[in-house]
Amino acid sequence: MTTRIVELRRGILKKNDELAAGLRARFHAAGVLVLNLVSSPGTGKTALLERTLRELLARGFRAAALVGDLATDNDARRLAASGAPVRQINTHGICHLDAEMIGKHLEGWDSLGAVGAMPSSRIAAAMNGSPAESAAAVATGAHLAALDFLFIENVGNLVCPSSYDLGEGIRVALLSVTEGEDKPLKYPTLFNSADAAVITKIDIAGPCGFDRELALRNMNEIRPGIRIFETSAKTGAGMEEWLEYLSSECTGRR
Amino acid sequence: MHELSIAASIVEAVTETAAAYAGARVIAVRLRVGALAAVVEDSLQFCWSVTTEGTPLAGAALAVRKMPVVIHCAACGVDAEVGGVQSFRCPLCGQPAADLRQGRELEIESIEIEEPEGEALVASGEKDRR
Ligand SMILES: Nc1nc2c(ncn2[C@@H]2O[C@H](COP(=O)(O)OP(=O)(O)OP(=O)(O)O)[C@@H](O)[C@H]2O)c(=O)[nH]1
Ligand SMILES: [Mg+2]
Ligand SMILES: [Zn+2]
Repeated sequence: MTTRIVELRRGILKKNDELAAGLRARFHAAGVLVLNLVSSPGTGKTALLERTLRELLARGFRAAALVGDLATDNDARRLAASGAPVRQINTHGICHLDAEMIGKHLEGWDSLGAVGAMPSSRIAAAMNGSPAESAAAVATGAHLAALDFLFIENVGNLVCPSSYDLGEGIRVALLSVTEGEDKPLKYPTLFNSADAAVITKIDIAGPCGFDRELALRNMNEIRPGIRIFETSAKTGAGMEEWLEYLSSECTGRR
Repeated sequence: MHELSIAASIVEAVTETAAAYAGARVIAVRLRVGALAAVVEDSLQFCWSVTTEGTPLAGAALAVRKMPVVIHCAACGVDAEVGGVQSFRCPLCGQPAADLRQGRELEIESIEIEEPEGEALVASGEKDRR
């Protein structure tokens, strides 16, 4: 017997990285700004997105969303009420979204068709179907190149999503005031890989005894210079600055 | 939590590479795992043994080399290792440093294979290219 060392030097997630690079090129060609929202379960990703989609559409932007969950299409239903095209991705036990799932759920969004607010009657009709049918129906009319924004709400998880590139332009990490200021220190991989951060539920910061300065300091320790927003999806506080950022990033990339 | 998918990806890559060496057995797989890769080694080892059980890779060792975080400090003009993953500051001047040069790795460095005598020279196309 002889032994030999075979050099590989290959990324373990190479397949995902390659698919993500393909998606990124596709998004770039379509001129759509893609944001990947990551946080622990219940931080308020869907709540922030509901409000964001509504406000963006009201300002004449065209936006769509993909939302990942282990199970149920609850979040897609909530988001579709904004009138934006929405598709639910059920990962069936997988704790993160990957580039392949994104690619699969974009099928049909390259074809021609106008993106616009969908009449609520159509949403209701779509939502009465099976999850698969409703996803397809709600997505009707979406076309990547006609979009300004595509939001991807990741599965609620502060660990695994950080390793999987989805081809996004901006990764946003969310932290709610109820989770504790030390989360950036405990989950450095996720916060370090983020391009921007949102502190959510600031309407209840007081009762939670949230130490704002400490949270900001911890985020900056893990990701120096990170852009941080503070919002409440309940009261709308901080939404203006967040929307301002989105629209400037969108036009800046055109 | 995603160590199982990672183990499966390693199996896929190693099987693909090893297929070029007829009759060979993989005895070790060497990884480079950055401190920021969000991979728990114990969990990965466990998932590796479960995933390879009953396959030709069963019993192959998984050797993990940990890669510390290295930042680039523009002020000092150096690449420097930082102590942990809780602070991203230049160890020389103390300034925050967002420019990461190492620590996110999640890669297969090499595999160690055992080949029967005499067969070592029977190279496949893949091996010829190396
Ligand atoms: N007070 C307050 N509650 C909020 C706010 N945003 C979200 N919530 C509440 O927090 C809970 C979770 O919100 P979601 O938007 O479902 O959180 P999520 O991050 O999408 O959760 P998953 O998708 O399950 O990971 C809900 O009960 C929301 O009503 C906020 O700004 N203020
Ligand atoms: Mg949600
Ligand atoms: Zn320095």
